[in-house]
Amino acid sequence: MPEAAPTAPATTEEPSKLRVAARELGRWFATLVLSPFVELGALSRLFGQTLFWGIRPPYRARLFVESMEFIGIGSIFLVSLTAMFVGGVLALQLVDGFRDFGAENQTGAVIGLALAREVGPVFTALMVTSRAGSAMTTELGSMRVTNQIDALVTMAIEPVQYLVVPRVLAGLVMVPVLTMLFNVVGVFGAFFVAVSLLGLDPGVFMDRLRWLVDWDDVSQGLIKAMVFGVAVTLIACRHGFFAEGGAAGVGRATNRAVVQSAIAILMLDYFVTGIILGEGLF
Amino acid sequence: MKLFRANLMRLTQPPLPAQVKDDPIHVRIRDVNKSYGSHHVLKGVSLDIHRGKTNLIIGPSGSGKTVLMRQLIRLEKPDSGELNVNGLDFAKLEGLTLASMRRTFGMVFQMSALFDSMTVFDNVAFPLREHTDMSRKEIAERVMEKLAGLGVAGAAQQLPAHLSGGMQKRVAVARAMILESEILIYDEPTTGLDPITTEMVDDLIVEAEEMFGVTSIVISHDMASVARIADYLSFLHLGEIAATGTRHELLHSDHPATKEFVRASRVNLD
Repeated sequence: MPEAAPTAPATTEEPSKLRVAARELGRWFATLVLSPFVELGALSRLFGQTLFWGIRPPYRARLFVESMEFIGIGSIFLVSLTAMFVGGVLALQLVDGFRDFGAENQTGAVIGLALAREVGPVFTALMVTSRAGSAMTTELGSMRVTNQIDALVTMAIEPVQYLVVPRVLAGLVMVPVLTMLFNVVGVFGAFFVAVSLLGLDPGVFMDRLRWLVDWDDVSQGLIKAMVFGVAVTLIACRHGFFAEGGAAGVGRATNRAVVQSAIAILMLDYFVTGIILGEGLF
Repeated sequence: MKLFRANLMRLTQPPLPAQVKDDPIHVRIRDVNKSYGSHHVLKGVSLDIHRGKTNLIIGPSGSGKTVLMRQLIRLEKPDSGELNVNGLDFAKLEGLTLASMRRTFGMVFQMSALFDSMTVFDNVAFPLREHTDMSRKEIAERVMEKLAGLGVAGAAQQLPAHLSGGMQKRVAVARAMILESEILIYDEPTTGLDPITTEMVDDLIVEAEEMFGVTSIVISHDMASVARIADYLSFLHLGEIAATGTRHELLHSDHPATKEFVRASRVNLD
């Protein structure tokens, strides 16, 4: 019986399980720490491209109007409905709380201030994210995975200019408009609950509101709404535009876009408020 | 505004040397490499695309055909190498010059890539609306003529989702041809089509070449189509060009993988 040939000695040593686990942990930690910066970098880059292509012709007015219609007109019902109930619940809570120390006549003023400065822009942006932002990500994601964006490129059409610019511009314009709607309907909802259901004097409610809320408060909210409008549309477009992995990938992109937009709205709210008020920042 | 854009495109388009139209080689691909991470997909690919002919790039799935196509039309930038089109190195172009030069190519994607929010008519009219200052009437006439030629005029007002795969492919061909580009690239144009539609698409490719003098680049592994339409063939194997030449030359190639591919197809290329 011939002697079996000696097997070649192993040239590389198997890494120990501990070393593999440590390497995986290191990779996971690096991803965790670095991913927000990577994401921020990608968003900044897309924002730069949006500015670059936004000021260059051709200006596609039809796409801009369609995007405004989709974001604005399409969100009117949702924004109005939520505003009505948010205004109502604010009135319920504040009248109940203020009654303890006889200050319920301040309800209109506080609600007006809260809606104009904070609640209006934040809730409106969240509603736009849930309705229009998610739809934008899905639409662009589907276009990406079915090569429609590549098809635009091969036709010598810049996809950022054609797809992203009109949406971001529409967000910049329509989120403040919807915020104004939210404020008006929110005040109406609060007025209805406070006056009709809780017996507050209508004259006092409106007088206090007019006394405390001025144009600076409203404009503060509108500035925030513009920032949120750009942020949510940019995040939605970024995730859709770079989606990969078929239908499942588009689903994941939509999920990430909605979560990131919600976080971005709340974080930006703090920083923009800090900048406007000139305090609370480092 | 369209006129402004058209002028901008013209200004950013580098002038072509006079002799390039007489050059029988339309595209010279030289030593093109492309990697994704550690995966080296294209390994020094070199081949010639002949002017006014139907050039097929064949090879098994995963050999890098689609990746090569994506470099050629600059959907991606190759890591190294030269893509010489009409005397200009496409691999080095950037920005508006690259955008304007892309009009040299028309592209038919594997899955058609029609805009699903537009009707068939709007899909085909889209490049004309974006790149020309033609009137609505002229655009409508040209689009309907193209659709009629491909037998899909009746579907002009339908959305792509309501069409069969074969009809979608024909609309995609119409869209690619509408600007009368010099080079048409077809990525797996007959995959998933029935034999009659396959033959129709093949005829279409030949017609485009004969009627408009278009240079066609067809990426395929459908050897029946190869037998019908190929003037020149290149066999891509594991990211390298294993054999290139006329149909006859490829059939008699000594490269083992090429021989095996031809044998397995059981199609007579002579």
